[in-house]
Amino acid sequence: MPSSRPGPVLLIAATAVALFLLMPLIAVVPVSFTPARFLSMPSGTLSLRHYQALIDNPAWGQSILLSLRIGILSSAIATALATMFGLGIWMFQPRFAAVLIGFVLLPLVVPPVVSAMTLYFLMTTLSAFNNWIGYDTWLGVALAHAVMITPFAVVLILVALYQVDRRIDLAARGLGANLATRAFRIIIPNIKFGIATAALLSFVLSWEEIGVTLFITSVNAITLPRLMWMGLRDNIDPAIAAISVLLIVITAVILGFRIFIERRGASEPQ
Amino acid sequence: MTGKSATSRKMLLLAPLLLFLGLAYVVPFLGVVRWSFTLPEPGVGQYRALLTDPLVQSVFARTLRICLVVTAATLVMAYAIAYVWVRGSSVQRMLAEFCILVPFWISVLTRAFGWLAMLSNRGLINTWLQSAGIISEPLALARNELGVIIGMTHFLIPFAVFPIASAMRSIDERVLLAARGMGASRIRIFWTVFVPLTYGGLIGAALIVFVFALGFFVTPAILGGGRSVMVAELVYLRIFQSPDWGLGAAISVVLVLFIGVLLALMRRFIKPAHLVG
Repeated sequence: MPSSRPGPVLLIAATAVALFLLMPLIAVVPVSFTPARFLSMPSGTLSLRHYQALIDNPAWGQSILLSLRIGILSSAIATALATMFGLGIWMFQPRFAAVLIGFVLLPLVVPPVVSAMTLYFLMTTLSAFNNWIGYDTWLGVALAHAVMITPFAVVLILVALYQVDRRIDLAARGLGANLATRAFRIIIPNIKFGIATAALLSFVLSWEEIGVTLFITSVNAITLPRLMWMGLRDNIDPAIAAISVLLIVITAVILGFRIFIERRGASEPQ
Repeated sequence: MTGKSATSRKMLLLAPLLLFLGLAYVVPFLGVVRWSFTLPEPGVGQYRALLTDPLVQSVFARTLRICLVVTAATLVMAYAIAYVWVRGSSVQRMLAEFCILVPFWISVLTRAFGWLAMLSNRGLINTWLQSAGIISEPLALARNELGVIIGMTHFLIPFAVFPIASAMRSIDERVLLAARGMGASRIRIFWTVFVPLTYGGLIGAALIVFVFALGFFVTPAILGGGRSVMVAELVYLRIFQSPDWGLGAAISVVLVLFIGVLLALMRRFIKPAHLVG
C-alpha cells in the first residue's frame, strides 16, 4: 500500500507531535539533578541530593506503601465486580444491556471534579457512622478509587468478551455444563488476558489518582500523588522531579519492552 | 432451567456492580444535588448566583474558550501521529506507539510537572533561550492560560488518538486504491477520500476530548498558577478555601446536565471501547 504511506509533510508533523509528547518527560531529568532547592536547570554541577531526599524523608516511602496498598485493594474490587458484570452481560444478554453498561460507565463520563464532590459527600457521610472507612482513611480512599476505576475495568473486560467465540459456550452448554462450569472453565480462561489487563490498568489508575483523592484526604491518608501535589503547589520541591524520573523510567522501560515484543511477535510468522 | 432461576442467576452476576455504584455513586450524587438546593439556605439561590455572579460567568467563559482551543489543537496533533501509527513503516509504527503510550500511562501530575520543568522561568526553554542570548528576560510560558492549554493538549492527545486510529484502521484499502487507479494525486486522496472516511472517529475524539477538558482540574491548577481558574478548580476552591458548598454543588449539577445533554445529542458517535485503545 505505497499510496497510503505517510508523506514527508505528515512525517514532519508527526515527528513534531512526538517531540511535543516526549519533551516534558525528558525535561524532568535535568531538573532532578539540580543542586538548587528550587525548580531550575543545573548549570555546571550536578547533584543527587533530591534522590537522597526520597530515601531520607520517610514520608515518600510511607506514601508509596500506602498507594500500593490502596491500588491493590481497589484494583481487586474493581476487577472482581467488573468481571462478574461482564459475564452477566455476555452470558445472559439482558434486554437493557446498553442502558446497564451506560450506567456503570457513569464515573468515567461525569467530570472528575463532580465525582470528587460526590465521593466527598459519601466519605463525610460514612465518617459520621464509623472510624474505619470514610473521610481521610485508607479504606475510604480504596473504596473511592474502586468507584472511579471500575468503568475502565468493565470496558476492557467487555472488549475481551466480545472477542470470545460464542459457539464454545454453546457447546459447553449443550454438553450439560452448568453456569459455574461455563464461567470458570470456559469463559474466564478465554478472557484471562483481558482480566489481567483490567487489573493492571485499574491498579495504575488508582496508583496515580489525584483528583478524587484531593477531596477525600487531608493529613492521614497521604498517597504518593497527594504528597507530590503538596510539593507542587507553593514552592516547587525538586524532589518531585526525582520521583517523576523514577516513575517515567519504569513506565518507559515496561512499555518499550512490551511494544518491542509485540511487534516482533507480529512480524515473525509471515 | 426455569425462567425464574435464570433471572436470579443473571442478577447474581449483574447486581453486585449495579448495587455498588448505586450506593457509592448515585445516592451520594443525589446528596450533592440536595446540597445545591439547601446550602447555605433552602431555595434556588445558588443557581441564581450562577446566572448573575460575574466571577462565575468569567470562569465559565474561560473554561469554554480553553476547551475549544484545546480540542482543536488536540485533534490536529492526534491526527498526524495517529496516521503514522496506523500507516507508517514498521519502525515508524513502533516509535509512534511508544510516543503515544508512554505519556498515556504516566500520571497527570507528573506530566503537569514536566511542563513546569519545560516552561517555567528557570525551565528548559527559558534557560536555553537566555543562554543562547535570544532573550534577556524569561518568557511567561507557565502560570497562565498558555501553559494550561499546552498542558491539557498534551494530556488529551492519546485519548484522541485511539478513536481516530480506530477509524483509520477500518478504512477499506480498496477505496484508496480505486482513487489512485482513477488518477487522483496523493494529496487529493488524503483530503477527499481518506480524511472524510475518518470523520466518525474525529467526531468521537472531539467529544471525548471536549468532555474531559471541561472537567479538568489538576493541569489548570498547576500550570495556571491560580491565575486562569477553570470550572473544576472553582468547585475545589469553593469547597476548600471559601467554604461555599452550595455553589460548588450547583456548579457540579450544571456540569453534569451540560455533559448529559451533549452526550445525548452525540450518542451515535460514542464507542466506549475507543477510550482505552
